[in-house]
Amino acid sequence: MIANAVITQAVALAEKRAQKRGSGVYAGRATVLIERGLYAAKSSNWLVILSGFVEPVLYLMAFGFGIGQLIGDMQDGNGNPVSYAAYIAPALLATSAMNGAIYDATWNVFFKMHFGKIYQVMLSSSLGPLDVALGEIAWALLRGLTYSLGFMAIVVPLGLVTNWWGILAIPAATLIAFAFASLGMAVTSYMKNFQQMNWINFFLLPMFLFSGTFFPVSVYPEWIQMIVKALPLWQGVDLVRSLMLGVLDIGVLWHVLYFVVLIVGGLWFTTTRLRALFMR
Amino acid sequence: MDNREVVIRARGLKKTYKDFAAVDGVDFDVYRGEAFGLLGPNGAGKSTTMKMISSVSQRTDGELTILGKEPNTQGPEIRAHLGVVPQKDLLDRELKVWENLFTYGRYFGLSRKWLKTKVDELLEFAQLTEKRNSKADDLSGGMQRRLAIARGLVNEPEILLLDEPTTGLDPQARHILWDRLFRLKEQGVTLVITTHYMDEAEQLCDRLIVMDKGKIMAEGSPASLIKEYSSKEVVEVRFGTDKNESAAKQLEGLGDRIEVLPDRILLYTEKGEELLAKIVDSGLNPITSLVRRSSLEDVFLRLTGRTLVD
Repeated sequence: MIANAVITQAVALAEKRAQKRGSGVYAGRATVLIERGLYAAKSSNWLVILSGFVEPVLYLMAFGFGIGQLIGDMQDGNGNPVSYAAYIAPALLATSAMNGAIYDATWNVFFKMHFGKIYQVMLSSSLGPLDVALGEIAWALLRGLTYSLGFMAIVVPLGLVTNWWGILAIPAATLIAFAFASLGMAVTSYMKNFQQMNWINFFLLPMFLFSGTFFPVSVYPEWIQMIVKALPLWQGVDLVRSLMLGVLDIGVLWHVLYFVVLIVGGLWFTTTRLRALFMR
Repeated sequence: MDNREVVIRARGLKKTYKDFAAVDGVDFDVYRGEAFGLLGPNGAGKSTTMKMISSVSQRTDGELTILGKEPNTQGPEIRAHLGVVPQKDLLDRELKVWENLFTYGRYFGLSRKWLKTKVDELLEFAQLTEKRNSKADDLSGGMQRRLAIARGLVNEPEILLLDEPTTGLDPQARHILWDRLFRLKEQGVTLVITTHYMDEAEQLCDRLIVMDKGKIMAEGSPASLIKEYSSKEVVEVRFGTDKNESAAKQLEGLGDRIEVLPDRILLYTEKGEELLAKIVDSGLNPITSLVRRSSLEDVFLRLTGRTLVD
């Protein structure tokens, strides 16, 4: 005689979900990871979190207002003059979004995966791997968004955002943070040790310096430009710069598409990898 | 026996990693409300079997149903019925004790309001009420294990899977834990326990399978296994490392069966004290001697020729 299962609350929820497609990978509860993140954040070191935010602000002060004095005006996409600070501010906003997302999506994910083993525990509940991937990525994205909002709160009073399109820099930063979180977690999920994790940092610094952040990519020969333009940070810098300087063209939509592809790809790889690691 | 409800059914269950068969075709049934043990040394395939039951690992071959459901396609539904207590607790070290229970309940989609009372109830059960605001990391080993069990109970599971529940705990902590597990059983929760401790299996399990190298060597209640595969009592004698072999030759014929281990000789008999007297009378002088009741350890030794904890 086969048992009649007892229908508890947890079972009723899972059975209801089972009628939907993809219920094996997604329970529709990614938000519970954000909840968990909030509980965990209560005891985290706020100085560390703050330091990540301060970095781009320091760059803005030193380069925008310091070195900017020596450089004079730059040109926006239409050939109009803009101050050097206004030129690099959008790039640093994109960098803020990237930094915040990357912190949580790489090192923190690496620790949770290999030392805290919290994903293993989550996957023994009725959550699916896509819940875990999406939830963690969303949590990392929140940090990126927080950094960008903080950065906006500094650059707007300084008069570095001069037109209303600039408001769209916030959803743009969200998109950038989402994409970096997704890419970061996907890459991290394939990393096996600390050495490999260090490659991420090794890659991030040059990308930050040379993605049209402090000077236009037109200074490079054609083939280097091609490489730089394929990198996610340049895509983000160019997107935010177009919005904050109010120079819009169809290119903006290409950037958006680029990030959407990155987000979907990152989610797919992370989900696949979580399955391979914890559900084989 | 057959009128009882089968909650887990495995037939020819197999799990192969590359060309290594971790579980190599096992058949068993687990009935509702019993405590079912998987006993065997490290690497016997217990944890792999456990992972397949908990529907996080897909079988390579054979049949497996849990509460009549198919783990390959109904994983989340099955997991909602199960409580899992992993080998190393795997508590969330960034969270407080109560938060560990609360967030785990949220993973199942349980409402915050419902969880509030449930968490209190579970803290009481796990004797951790005073520790509710401590960090999970600051608890003692026994408390961490109790918290892991409480966490496994958040979704009110019908089946609780415990992977080596008392490994690494001191005797007192083990007894507290056993007591909690007995209570769960009284409440009708089906327990599935892996262990390599004989005494634990004897204490806790109504029925068990003895596994080795991915296969089932024997199945039954602890008492019936001992009866079938061992004698009532065992005499253990030591003569010193080099002398055991030669002494064993002289002991030949005494007792029902003799087993020579590197450090000691075991003689199986119905009457231990009498046998020991005979050994001493025959002029052999063991350095140490011990007469004890036969245990599952002896069953295992008989079946595999090896001791359990190598």
